[in-house]
Amino acid sequence: MSEAAMTASQMGLCTCHGCGSLTQLLPGVHDMRCRRCGAALHLRKPNSISRTWAFLIASYILYIPANVLPIMHTGSLFGSQSDTIMSGVVYLWHSGSWHLALIVFIASILVPLAKILSLTFLVISVQLGWTEHALDRTKLYRVLEFVGPWSMLDVYVVTILVALVQLKSLATIQPGPAAAAFGAVVVLTMFAAMAFDPRLLWEPKERHDV
Amino acid sequence: MPDFALTACHECDLLQREPPLPSGGIASCPRCNAVLFRHTPEMVNRGLAYTLGAVILFIVANAYPIVGLEVQGTLNQTSLYGAVETIWDNDMVGVAMLVFVTTILIPALELALMTYVLLPLRLGWVPGGLAAILRTLQAMRPWSMTQVFILGVLVSLVKLAHLAHVVPGLALWSFGGVILLLTAAVCTFNTHELWGLAAEGE
Repeated sequence: MSEAAMTASQMGLCTCHGCGSLTQLLPGVHDMRCRRCGAALHLRKPNSISRTWAFLIASYILYIPANVLPIMHTGSLFGSQSDTIMSGVVYLWHSGSWHLALIVFIASILVPLAKILSLTFLVISVQLGWTEHALDRTKLYRVLEFVGPWSMLDVYVVTILVALVQLKSLATIQPGPAAAAFGAVVVLTMFAAMAFDPRLLWEPKERHDV
Repeated sequence: MPDFALTACHECDLLQREPPLPSGGIASCPRCNAVLFRHTPEMVNRGLAYTLGAVILFIVANAYPIVGLEVQGTLNQTSLYGAVETIWDNDMVGVAMLVFVTTILIPALELALMTYVLLPLRLGWVPGGLAAILRTLQAMRPWSMTQVFILGVLVSLVKLAHLAHVVPGLALWSFGGVILLLTAAVCTFNTHELWGLAAEGE
C-alpha cells in the first residue's frame, strides 16, 4: 500500500464498535465512551486472542460428545434405536435423499469442524505475526461469520422430530445428550468468531510496511 | 477535528474519506473490500413495508401448527412453541431455550424494534432512544435463525415421510414468507443512515 494507507489506530482514532463513528483518543484518559451512541470505546476488541482461544478450546471439547453420543433415541414396536449425527446422515443417504444427506453432512459435521479449525488457524496466524495473505485471511473470517448459524440445523431437526413423533404405543422419539452438546458447540463457535478481531490480521503487515 | 468526513473500515481499520454515494450506491474498503456503508433509496417506506409484512406472517407462523403427522387416522400436530415445550419436557432445557431464543424471541424482538424505529420515521419524527435500539439490533442479528429453522423442518419432513403421512401446516408456508420479508427488511434497514439520524436527534 502507498504512504496514504493509514489506519485509524495509527492516527489515535478509535472506531466505535456500535455505530462506527470515529473518536480521537485522549492520552491518559481511560473508559472513554462514544459521543454518538455511548458505547465503551476500545481500539481493538479487548483480550480478543485469549477470549477466542477460550471459546475455541471449549468447542473442541464439546465437539467430541456432540458427534460420539446419540442425538436421538427412537422407540417403536420393532425395538429401539439410537442415532448419532453421522448415522442420521447415513440413514438419509440410504433412504434415497442423497441431497438432504449432503446438506445435513455439510451443515452438521463439515461446517462446525471447518469453522473451529479455520478460526484456530486465524488466531495462530495473528500470534505468529504473519504478514502474508491478510486479505485472504479476512475473506476466510467473513465466510466463518456467515456460515455460523447454519450448523444449528440438526438441533432444529431433533426438536421437530421429538415434538411430532409422540405416538404413545407406536413410536416415540426422544432427544439424546448430543443435542445439548451440539447446540453448545454452535453457540460457542459463534462466540469465538465474535471475540476475534479481524483488524488484528492486518497489524503485522502494517508494522512491516512502516 | 474533521471526523465527519473520515471513516475507518470495521474489518481492517483503514482510515479513509467517506465518498459521496449515488442513489443505491455501495462504499467498500479499497484494502479489504468490506462493505463500509450503502445508500438505500426509499429506506423508510420500503423497510416499513417489509417489516410490517413480516410481522403479520410471523404472528400467523406462531399461531398455527407447522407440521402434522397422520397415523391411523389420528393427526398429531405441533406449533413452534409446542415443539419447544415438548423438548423442554424431555429434560432438554438448554436445547429448548436455544430453540426458543433463536426462532421466537430474537426474531420477534427484531421485528418489534425495527417497527419502533421505522414507524415514527415514516410519520415524521425520530423515535427516542434510537442509539440504544440500533446497538441492540446489531447485537441480536447473528442470533436470529429463522432460515436455518425452516431448513430443519424440511429435513425432518423427509425423515418422517417414510413413517407416516406428513401434513404441512399453515405456519410452514407463513415461515417461508417470514424468511423472505425479514431478509428484505434487514437488507433495507440501513444502520449507517439511521446513525446519522440518531446523531441529529441529540
